[in-house]
Amino acid sequence: MSARTWLDASKLPSHAFGSRNLMWWGSVGFVVIEGAMFAMLIATTLYLRGATASWPPPGFAPPSLLWGTLNTGVLLVSLWPNNRLRKAAEALDEKATRRWMWIDDSFAVAFLAVRAVELTALGVRWDANAYGSAVWAVMGFHTLHLLTDAIETFVITWFFHLDPSPKRYIEVSEDCLYWNFVVLSWLPLYAVVYWLPRWT
Amino acid sequence: MTADARRPPAVEVLDAPPSPDDEVRRRLEESWGRPRTFGGWLASTSHADIGRRYIVTAIVFFALAGLLAIAMRLQLARPENGLLGPDAYNQIFTLHGTTMMFLFAVPVMNGFALALVPLLVGTRNVAFPRLNAFGYWVYVLAGALLWGCYLLGMAPDAGWFSYVPLAGPEFSPGKRVDVWAQLISLTEISALVAAVEIIVTVFKMRAPGMSLDRVPLFVWSMLVMSFMIVFAMPAVMLSSVFLAMDRLVGTHFFNVAEGGDVLLWQHLFWFFGHPEVYIIFIPALGFVSSIVAVFARRQVFGYPAMVLSLVATGFISFGLWVHHMFATDLPQLGESFFTAASMLIAIPSGVQIFCWIATLWGGRPVLRVPLLYVLGFVTIFVAGGMTGVMLASVPLDLQVHDSAFVTAHFHYVLIGGAVFPLFGAIAFWFPKMTGRLLSESLGRWTFGLLFVGFNLTFFPLHQLGLDGMPRRIYTYLPDTGWTGLNQLATVGSWVIGVAVVLFVVNAVRSLVRGPFAGADPWRADTLEWATDSPPPAFNFLHLPVVVAREGLWAPGAGRLWVAGLDAPGKREVLVTNLLDAEPEIKSELPGSSLWPLAAAVSTVATFAGAMFTPWAVLWGSLPIFLALFGWGKPELEKKRRGETAPGPAAEPEAAG
Amino acid sequence: APGAERRRVVAVAAAAGVTLLVLVGFLLASVATGDRLAAPPSGEPLRVQVTGWQWWWDVRYPGAMAADEVRTANELHLPLGRPVRIELSSADVIHSFWVPRLHGKRDLLPGRPLLLHLTPSVAGVFDGQCAEMCGLQHAHMRLRVVVEPEEELEAWLAAQRRAAAPPASPLARRGQRVFLSSPCVLCHTVRGTAAGGRTGPDLTHLASRSTIAAGTLPNTRGHLAGWVIDSQSVKPGNAMPPIGLAGPELQALLAYLEGLE
Ligand code: HEA
Ligand code: HEA
Ligand code: CUA
Ligand SMILES: [Cu+2]
Repeated sequence: MSARTWLDASKLPSHAFGSRNLMWWGSVGFVVIEGAMFAMLIATTLYLRGATASWPPPGFAPPSLLWGTLNTGVLLVSLWPNNRLRKAAEALDEKATRRWMWIDDSFAVAFLAVRAVELTALGVRWDANAYGSAVWAVMGFHTLHLLTDAIETFVITWFFHLDPSPKRYIEVSEDCLYWNFVVLSWLPLYAVVYWLPRWT
Repeated sequence: MTADARRPPAVEVLDAPPSPDDEVRRRLEESWGRPRTFGGWLASTSHADIGRRYIVTAIVFFALAGLLAIAMRLQLARPENGLLGPDAYNQIFTLHGTTMMFLFAVPVMNGFALALVPLLVGTRNVAFPRLNAFGYWVYVLAGALLWGCYLLGMAPDAGWFSYVPLAGPEFSPGKRVDVWAQLISLTEISALVAAVEIIVTVFKMRAPGMSLDRVPLFVWSMLVMSFMIVFAMPAVMLSSVFLAMDRLVGTHFFNVAEGGDVLLWQHLFWFFGHPEVYIIFIPALGFVSSIVAVFARRQVFGYPAMVLSLVATGFISFGLWVHHMFATDLPQLGESFFTAASMLIAIPSGVQIFCWIATLWGGRPVLRVPLLYVLGFVTIFVAGGMTGVMLASVPLDLQVHDSAFVTAHFHYVLIGGAVFPLFGAIAFWFPKMTGRLLSESLGRWTFGLLFVGFNLTFFPLHQLGLDGMPRRIYTYLPDTGWTGLNQLATVGSWVIGVAVVLFVVNAVRSLVRGPFAGADPWRADTLEWATDSPPPAFNFLHLPVVVAREGLWAPGAGRLWVAGLDAPGKREVLVTNLLDAEPEIKSELPGSSLWPLAAAVSTVATFAGAMFTPWAVLWGSLPIFLALFGWGKPELEKKRRGETAPGPAAEPEAAG
Repeated sequence: APGAERRRVVAVAAAAGVTLLVLVGFLLASVATGDRLAAPPSGEPLRVQVTGWQWWWDVRYPGAMAADEVRTANELHLPLGRPVRIELSSADVIHSFWVPRLHGKRDLLPGRPLLLHLTPSVAGVFDGQCAEMCGLQHAHMRLRVVVEPEEELEAWLAAQRRAAAPPASPLARRGQRVFLSSPCVLCHTVRGTAAGGRTGPDLTHLASRSTIAAGTLPNTRGHLAGWVIDSQSVKPGNAMPPIGLAGPELQALLAYLEGLE
C-alpha cells in the first residue's frame, strides 16, 4: 500500500454535553418512542369517545379538576429548578448542582404525592366501562413516567454525591432533559383526561 | 494528502502512527477482548457476538416454525384429514405466523444490522453495548416462553393478529392469548432497543469522512427500518397491553357491551402491522443493494433515487393500514384513499427494482450464489408485489380477502422479498463473519430447490383462493375440489424443507472445514471488507477514513486512517457529527457485564407473572430496579485518570 | 461512458413513468367498480338478516308482523333479479359472510351491524363459507345460497312461515316427547311446540334443508343420528352437548326430526 497518513484522535475530548454525546441521542430515542406511545394513547381515547354516545357515560362525572390542575401547576413550576439544575451541571458547578438537585428531588416527592391523591379523585374505575379504562390507561402510563423519573433523579442524586465526576454531570443534564419531557407530555394528557369529558 | 478528507483542523495529521501496530493491537486486545469462558460469553457486549446470536437464534426459530408449516401442509393434503384436530391446527398456524414474524423475520434483520452496521460505518461497537445485550436476552427468553407454553399445550390460537373479541376474555379463556400478548410486548421491547442502537450508531459513530451522502445503501436501509420500528412498535405494544388488561384486570377497551370497540384493535394492530411487513422487507433491500453492487462490479445505479425510495417507502407505509380492513365497516371515500396509497407504494419499490436492473445491465455480472438469490428475489417479489397491488383494490380484495390468495401474496413478498435476500446475505457475509467460504455447488442446489419448492408450494394457493378456499381452515370437504392443488403445495413444502436442510448442512460443513476466506473474498466496496475475517473484537486496528461514496473502490481509499483510539484499558470509540462525520469527541463504551442478562431475566419473569396476577408488576419491579441499578452503578473504585473535563470542546471548524 | 449512463437514466425514468400510468389506470377502474358494487340498488329490496354464531348462521326474513318472520339457519333463499339487502351482525366473535359467486366479503361485527346489497343475477345453488377466523370450527361454518325465481322464493317463504308439521306417526309422536323432554329445547326452536331456545339453529323446518351442522354433513338419517349422539366428534368444540339417548328413543327422535319438513 502506498504512503499512509493518520488522523490523531488521542487529543479529542472524552466528554461533551448535548448532541455530541451518545447518551443524549439514546435519551432522545426513548423520548420519541414514549412520545409515540402517548400519541397512540390519545388517539385511542379520541377513537373510543367517537364511538360512544356520551363521554363520560351517563352516571359518571368527569374527574375532579382540583388535584389534576394542582399537579399540572406543580409540574410546570418544576421546569424552572429543573432547567437551573441543567445549567448548573453544564457549567460543572458542583455546589449549585447539589443545591438544585435537592430542589428537584423535593418536586419529585411533591408531584408523586399529589398524583396519589389525584388517582383517588377520578370518579370512575378502570373496570367500569371503556371510558374508565381509557382514563386509567392515560393516568397509569403517565404515573409510570413520573415514578421512573423520580427514582432516576433520586439515584442520580446519590451517585453524584458519591462521585461528582464529569460523567455524573452529563447524567444530571440528561436526566433534566427527560424531566422536561415528562412534564411537557403531561399537558396534552391533562387536556384529554380533564377537559375532553367536559367538552361537549 | 487527499483534498477531500474532510478532517477538522482540530485533529492533527501525522505521517506515522504514534505507536507501532503491534503495540496498538496488544492494547486493543486487552481492552476489547473477552475471556473465552462461559461467564465471558454470557457477559459479552460485543455487537458481533450479539448480532450473531440474534441471527442464529432467529434461524432456529425459522426452522421450528417451518416444521409447523410442514405439519399444516400435511394436514391440508387431504380433505377431512385427521392428522391435526382444530385445536392443534389453530395453535400451529398462530404459532407459525407469530414465530415467523416476531421471532424470525424482525430479529434476523436486526441481527444483521447489529452485526454489520458498526463494521460498515467503521466503528468498534454499537452505541449502547449493554442495552444491546439486554435486547437480545429479552428476545430469546420471550421466544423460549412462547415455545415452552406450546410444549405445555397452551400456545396462543387466535391467529398472528389475535382479533378481538375472539382473543378477548370471553371467547379465549385460559392463558393462551396472554402468552401471545406478553410475547408481543417483549419482542417489541427488544426490537425498539435494537432500533435505537442502530440509529445512534449510524448517526454518531460513522468513520470520519462518511458524510450522509456517502453512507452505503445497506446502512440507509437499516436506518429506515429502525425509524419505522420506533414509530410503529409503540402502537402494538399499547394494544397488546390493552388486550392483556382486558383479560386480566377487567378493562373494557374492546368490550362492545361497555363502550369498547372491536375495530379499535384492528386499527391499532394494523397501524403497526402494515409497517411491520416493510420493517422486514426494507433491510432485505439493503442486502440486495450490497450484493448487486459487488457482483455487478459497479456502484448501484441511482444512489439518490435509491435513498429517496427507501425513505419514501418508510413514510408511505404508515398510510396503508386500512387495506387489511376493507371488509369491515369503513366509509368508502376512506377506502379509496387507502387503495391509492397502497398503489403509490409500488412506485418506490419499482424504482429500486429498475435501478438494480440498470446496475446489472451496465455492469459485468458474476453469477455467484448471492446474485442467484437476488435474481430469485426479483422474480418472486415482483409477482408478490403485483398480487399486492391487486389486493389494494377494494372490489378485488373483497373477493380474495382472508382466502388462500392472501396467503399466497404474503408468502411471495415475505419469502421472495425477505427470505431470498436473507439467504443471499448469508452466502455473502458468511465468509466475513466466520472466516470461511461456503460451498458454491451446495449453494446452487439449495437455491434451485428453494426456488422450485417455493413456487410449487405457493403458486397453487393463488388459484385455491380464487376457488374460494378461506385461510385458517383446518380442513375442507371433498366436494370443494381443492384437493389436487393442496397436494401440490404440500409436495412443494417438502422440497423447501430439503433446501433448508441442505443450507444448514452447507453452513455447518463450511464452519468446520470450509476454505479460508481472507479479508475480502469478493473484492467488495464497503468497509467491513477492510478488516480481517472474522473481524477482531475491536473491528479495526485503525479506523478507516472515508474519502468517497465508493468506499474501498475509491481511488484514495486506504491511505488515511485514525490513530490514537487505543488508550490502555479503555473501550474508546470515535463520535462524529451527524451530517459530515467530522470527529467530535472520543467516547468510552462500557465493557462486558452480566447485569443486562439479570435485567432481562427479571423483565421476562415479570411479564410472565403478569399473565397470572397484576401484582407481579409490583414484585417484578424490584429485581428489575436492582438489575438496572447494578448496570448503571458508577465504578467508584476505579477512579479514572486522564479524563479530560467535559464542556464545550473547540467547535470543529468547517471542512478544509 | 456518459452515453450509456444517460440511456440508463432515461430507461429507469420511463419505467417509473409507465408504472405510474398503469397504477393510475388501475386505480380509476378500481374506484369505479367499487362505487358500482356499493351503490344501493334501486327498487324495493328484500330484507334478510344474517347473524353469525360460533359456528353457524342464523337467517331471518323479517315480516310485516313479528309472527310473519321466517327464521331458518345456514341456508339462504334469494330472489333472482331482485335487489336484496342483507343485514349482517354477530352474536359473539367476528365472522365474515362470503359467497364467492354472489359478492365479495362483508364482516359480521359484534356491536356494529353492516349492510350488504346485491342483486342475484344467476339462478342456482351456491356455497359460501365464513371467511374470518372465528375459533375452533371456523372451517365448518359453511352456508348454502339458493337463488330462484321470485314465485319459487315466495312459495318457499310461505312454507317456512308455517308452524312445524305435527308428528305424523306414533313413532314420531314418541320422538316429539323425547325432543321436548330433552335439553335440546334449551337452544333450539320448533315453532308450534314448547321448544323456544334461541341460541341454536331453528329446527322448525329442519328436514327441508340440504345439510346439517352449517354445511358440514348432508342431511341424511345416518348423519343426523351421528350428530345427535356425538356432535363433538363430528365438529369438535361446537356448542351442542352430547345427548345420551337409548336406541329406541333415538329412532323415535330421528323419525320426528325427519318429519319437520
Ligand atoms: C414483506 C412483506 C410485504 C410486502 C413487501 C408487501 C407489499 C405489498 N402488499 Fe402486502 N401483505 C403482507 C406482506 C407484505 N406485503 C402480509 C404479511 C400480509 C397479510 C397479513 C395477514 O393478513 O396475515 C399482506 C396483506 C396485504 C393486503 C391485505 C389483503 C387482505 O387481507 O385482504 C394488501 C391489500 O392491499 C396488501 C397490499 C400490498 C401492496 C400494494 C404491496 C406493495 O408494496 C407491493 C409493491 C411492489 C410491486 C408492485 C412490485 C415491484 C414493482 C414494479 C416491478 C413496478 C411495476 C409495477 C406495476 C406497474 C404495478 N398486502
Ligand atoms: C417470514 C414469514 C414466513 C415464512 C418464512 C413462512 C414460511 C412458510 N409458510 Fe407461512 N405464514 C406466515 C409467515 C411465514 N411463513 C404468516 C404470518 C402466516 C399467517 C398466520 C396466521 O394466519 O395467523 C402464515 C401462514 C401459513 C399458512 C396458512 C395457514 C392457514 O391459513 O391455514 C401456510 C400453509 O400452507 C404456510 C406455509 C408456509 C410454508 C410451507 C413455509 C415454508 O417456507 C417454510 C420453510 C421452512 C422449513 C420447511 C423448515 C425446514 C426445517 C427443517 C427441515 C429442520 C432442519 C433443521 C435442522 C437440520 C437443524 N404459512
Ligand atoms: Cu365464523 Cu369463521
Ligand atoms: Cu399491508
